[in-house]
Amino acid sequence: MEYHSPASFDEASALAAQAQGVTRFLAGGTDVLVQLRSDLVTPDTLIDVKRIAGARDITRNADGSWTLGVAVSGAEMREHAELGRDWPGLVEAMDLIGSTQVQGRATLAGNLCNASPAADSVPAMVAAGVRVTITGPDGTRQAAAEEIPTAPGKTSLGKGELVSALHVPARGDRGGDAYLRFIPRTEMDIAVVGAAVNLRLDGETVTEAWVSLGAVAPTVLLVEDAAAAIIGTTLDDAALAALDSAARAACSPIDDKRGTVDFRTEVAGVLARRAARFAYARAKGDAK
Amino acid sequence: MALDDSKREFRFVGTRPDRPDGLDKVTGRARFGADMNAAGMLHGAILRSPHAHARIVRIDTSKAEALADVKAVVTRADFAEVPFKPGLAGEVWNVLENVMAGDKALYDGHAVAAVAATSALAARDALKLIEVEYEELPYVTDVNAAMRQDAPVIREGAADFSVPDDMHPNVVRRHESGHGDVEAGFAEADLVIEDSFETEATHQGYIEPHACLGQLGKDGKGELWCCTQGHWIVQKTCAALLGIETANLRVTASEIGGGFGGKTTVFIEPVALALSRKANRPVKIVMSRAEVFRATGPTASASMDIKVGMKKDGTITAAQGEFRLQGGAFPGAPGDMTAMCAFAPYDLKNVHQVGYDVMTNRPKQAAYRAPGSPMAAFAVESVVDELCRKLDLDPIEVRLKNAAREGTKASYGPRFERIGLVETLEAAKAHPHYAAPLKPGQGRGISCGFWFNHGGETSVSLALSEDGSVQLMVGTPDIGGSRASMALMAAEVLGIPYENIRVTIADTASLGYNDVSHGSRVTYASGLATIKAAKDAVRKLSQRAAAKWGIPEDAVKWEDGCAVPSGPNAGDFDPLPLAEITAEMGQTGGPISGHFEATPEGAGVSFATHIVDAEVDRETGATKVVRYTVIQDAGKAIHPTYVEGQFQGGAAQGIGWALNEEYIYGEDGRLQNAGFLDYRIPVASDLPMIDTVIVEVPNPGHPFGVRGVGETSICPPLAAIANAVSAAAGVRMRHLPMSPPRTLAALKARDA
Ligand SMILES: Cc1cc2nc3c(=O)[nH]c(=O)nc-3n(C[C@H](O)[C@H](O)[C@H](O)COP(=O)(O)OP(=O)(O)OC[C@H]3O[C@@H](n4cnc5c(N)ncnc54)[C@H](O)[C@@H]3O)c2cc1C
Repeated sequence: MEYHSPASFDEASALAAQAQGVTRFLAGGTDVLVQLRSDLVTPDTLIDVKRIAGARDITRNADGSWTLGVAVSGAEMREHAELGRDWPGLVEAMDLIGSTQVQGRATLAGNLCNASPAADSVPAMVAAGVRVTITGPDGTRQAAAEEIPTAPGKTSLGKGELVSALHVPARGDRGGDAYLRFIPRTEMDIAVVGAAVNLRLDGETVTEAWVSLGAVAPTVLLVEDAAAAIIGTTLDDAALAALDSAARAACSPIDDKRGTVDFRTEVAGVLARRAARFAYARAKGDAK
Repeated sequence: MALDDSKREFRFVGTRPDRPDGLDKVTGRARFGADMNAAGMLHGAILRSPHAHARIVRIDTSKAEALADVKAVVTRADFAEVPFKPGLAGEVWNVLENVMAGDKALYDGHAVAAVAATSALAARDALKLIEVEYEELPYVTDVNAAMRQDAPVIREGAADFSVPDDMHPNVVRRHESGHGDVEAGFAEADLVIEDSFETEATHQGYIEPHACLGQLGKDGKGELWCCTQGHWIVQKTCAALLGIETANLRVTASEIGGGFGGKTTVFIEPVALALSRKANRPVKIVMSRAEVFRATGPTASASMDIKVGMKKDGTITAAQGEFRLQGGAFPGAPGDMTAMCAFAPYDLKNVHQVGYDVMTNRPKQAAYRAPGSPMAAFAVESVVDELCRKLDLDPIEVRLKNAAREGTKASYGPRFERIGLVETLEAAKAHPHYAAPLKPGQGRGISCGFWFNHGGETSVSLALSEDGSVQLMVGTPDIGGSRASMALMAAEVLGIPYENIRVTIADTASLGYNDVSHGSRVTYASGLATIKAAKDAVRKLSQRAAAKWGIPEDAVKWEDGCAVPSGPNAGDFDPLPLAEITAEMGQTGGPISGHFEATPEGAGVSFATHIVDAEVDRETGATKVVRYTVIQDAGKAIHPTYVEGQFQGGAAQGIGWALNEEYIYGEDGRLQNAGFLDYRIPVASDLPMIDTVIVEVPNPGHPFGVRGVGETSICPPLAAIANAVSAAAGVRMRHLPMSPPRTLAALKARDA
C-alpha cells in the first residue's frame, strides 16, 4: 500500500490518475480505516487530503454563502457559531455522525463520497442546495451534492477526480432547515430513514422548499413532489398530509436487517412531516 | 438446612468499601486476556466457514504453510480422538467439534483451520491462502422449522433417551414436569388464555473479546493465560481435547471484561495450544468482534405456547407451557430450565410443562444469565398480565394471591424453603413508582422472575502473613466485584480490616478444583468457603493463644480480631491480637492458614419483581423505557453497591434483549449483523436511571444468609418491558425484540 500526502488538489488528482488498483482518498478516515481493518477494502493507494492548504477552512463569502474545506471535521463545524445559526439542520446532520471521537475526524466530503444511501449529512446537504467543486485531470468542475452518489458505494467521480471544496448557499431571510433521522437507539447508530427539509417563507407561507430523503432508495433522494406539496401553503394539516404521501411515494427501499420496506416507507412520511415543521419553526424564528 | 453458626449482626458485611481491583481497572494496569505477551510469541488466526451447513471435502493448507511467516497450521487432525455420545453425555465431543469442525461445517463462522504466524496481519493473510472445498448442504436456523419432519438433519444420533422416536433427529432432549390435573384446573377457571410467544437469540455482549496466550511443549506440559469465567473447566476441557493430562496444563485466569455465562466454555484456547504444540512457540489468539458474534455462544432463541386459567378473584387454577429452544448445531439449549422456571413464582395446584432442546445451523449456544428463565418469564408473565387486564385485576395483587412461599410445592418439583418472593411483591406495591401517574402514551408493566442459583465445587485457602495481613485465594474469577465481597466476609470472621486482606484468583496449580463463576454461585459458595476457611484459621490462631496462655483450647474465643479467654474462669489474660500471634507463628508451630473445600448445596433460590414504565411513539414504533425499578431478594447483601450493580446490569441487558438485540439470519443461513452497529445493545443514553431495592430474606443455607443475585435480575425484564410496551401501544407484543419495525407492524395490524 502506498500512502501520499499531497500539498495541492492538482497533485492529489495527478496521483490518483496515475494510481493502479484500488485508490482511496483519506479525509477523516472514519470509513476508509474501518473498511481497511475489517478486511472489506484494502486500498493500494491512499491519498491524504488533510495537509492541502485550505482543506480545513470554513469561510463565509461576501455574498453570505459559505465555502467549506474538504477536511473540515464535524466538530469544527459544530463549534462554528455563525455557520450553525445559518444552517442548523446541516450542522446537526453532520453532528449526528458517530461519537465525539468520530466527530474529531469525520467530514462532509467523506460522508458524501462514501456514497452510503444512509449517510446522515447528505440529505441535509442536498436540501440545502450544497454544490461541490471537483478537481480532476481536466481541471475543475462543479456539481450538485445529489449528483455525486450514483449507487451504494459508487460515485460519479471519474478516475483522478476528487472533491476540492463544498459550497453552501447564502441563508437569506426567513429560511430554515432541519434534518431528522430514525435510529432504533439514541446515538451511535445508522439511519434507517433520514429526512431533510429546507424552506423559505414569505409571511407564513412557504415560497421555496427542498425535501430530501435518505436510506429509502439506492441513493439519497431530492423529492420535488414533496417540496411541491408544501410550497404555497402555511404547512397546515392538509399540506403535511400531502407531504407525507409524496415522501412515501418517492421511497423504493429494501427489506434488510435494519428495517422493512413498509417500515421505511411509513417512517419516511412521518419524518418528512416532522422535519418540515421543525424547519418551518426555524424559518419563522420560533426555534433555533 | 439451617446452619448452626449463622450470623445476623455484622461489622464489615453490608458496608461499601472501594473494590480492590478498582484502581487497576481505571488506570489500565489490570491485565485482561489480550494483555499478556511472551518472548517468541506467535499470533494465531482462525479460518471460518462462510456456509451455514457444508461437508468439508478437502482442506489444502500447503500454500499457507509455504509462507516464511507461518509457523504452524492446524485442522481437526491435530486434536485428540474423543468419543461421540448422544445429548450432553457427549459434551466433550460437542466442544471439540465446535472448536474445530470435523467432517462438516455446521454454521456460518464454524472454525475449520487455524494458523500461527509471526504477526497478526501475517496470520490473517495466511488464512486467505488456505483452500477449503465445501459441498453445501441444506440448512435450517429457525427452531420451529428445525423440528418439522422435512427439516435438514444436522446430526443423526445426537438425541438422548428422553426424546420420543417419532420426533425429528434435530430434537435432542425433552423435559417434562409438573403436578396435578391441568385439564380439571382449566375447567374450573372463569377465563383461560392461550397464546404463543417468540424470542430471538441474543449475545451476552461482553466488551472484552475472547483472548488467550497458550504454550504447550512436546512433553505434554503447558501453560495457558486466558479470559474465562472458570479456569478449571478450561484446564479439564483443553486437556481432553489435546490428549494430555489435566495436571500438566496450568491455567491462569486474566481479568475479565464481562462474561455473563458466555465465557464458561472454550473456543480459541485449545486452538492456541494445538498451534503452540506444533510450532513449539507460545501462541496468542484474540478474537475480533465479528468472530465473537459468529462463533462464540449466544443464548438460545425460543418459541413458546402458554395456557393459563384464572378465576374472577385472580386465583390461577391451572397453567401449562411448551418451550422449544434452539441452541445451535449441538445439544445444550436449556429447554429443561426454561420449562422449570416458567411457573416457579406461583403456588399452583395444576401445572404442566414440557421443554425441547433443538439443534439448528447456528453457533453452539452458551449460558447467558439464568439460561432459559427470561424467555419463560416473558411468555408466562405476558399471559398473566393479559388475564389481569381482562378480569380488571391489579397485577401485583394477583401475583401476591398466587405467590410461592415457604413450603409451596414448586412447579418443578421440590418444596421451597424460606423464600422472598412475597417480600419483593410487597415492596413493589409500596414503592412510589407503582403509584406514580403515567403520562399519555406511556404504559406500566410488572413481572416476577425466578432463578434456582447454584452451589458447585469450591475450594478456598487463606494464608496469614507475619505482619497480620491475609492472602485469600479463591478459584472463581471475579465477574462482579466478588473480591470485595470475599474480603468483607473474611474480615467479618477474622475481625481485621477489609484493607488488610488481599484476594487473589488463584491459578489451577494453586488450589483444588473450582467450578466456573456461574449459577450466581460465587458470593454464595466461594463466600461460604471463605467464611469456613477463615474460621479454620481462627481455630488455629486460638490454639496458639491457648498454648501461650497454657489454658485449654476451648477456653479461648475469638472477638474483634483477638483471642480472648472465653470467660472469667478461663483465666485473666489481655486480648491477643491476630498480628501478635502471626508475628511469632514461625516459633510457635509454623505458618498459619485456613482451608475449606466442599460442594455446598444450600444456594437458596431467588426471586425478583420489576416495575417498568415505557413510552411508544405510535407513528414510528420507537420505544423508550422511561422509568425502571428492580426489587430483588439478595438474602444478605455483602457489598450492597455490587448487589445494586448486578440488579442494574440485569435490567440494562434485559432492556437490550426486549427492545433491539437479536441475531438476524438471512435467507442464506448467514448471520447478518455480526457487529455492534447492527447488533444493538443499549448505549448509555438509551437507559433511564435504574432504581433498586434490596430485599433481604436470609438464605438458611449460607452462614450470613447470602443468595446469589447475578442472574435473577435478568429474569423479569423481558416480561415487564413487554407488558409496559403492550400497555403503552395498546396491543399485545408477542415477539422479542420489540424493535421499531415489529412494533409499528403490530400497531398497524391492530388498526387494520
Ligand atoms: C463509530 C462510527 C460511527 C459512524 N456513524 C455514522 C453516522 O451516524 N452517520 C453517518 O452518515 N456515518 C457514520 N459513520 C461513517 C463515517 O464516519 C462518515 O461517513 C464520515 O462522514 C466519513 O468521513 P471521513 O472524512 O472520515 O471519510 P473517509 O473515511 O476519509 O473517506 C470516505 C470515502 O470518501 C472518499 N473521499 C474522502 N474525501 C474525498 C474527497 N475530497 N474527494 C473524493 N472522495 C473522497 C474516500 O475515498 C472514501 O471512499 C460512522 C463511522 C464510525 C466509525
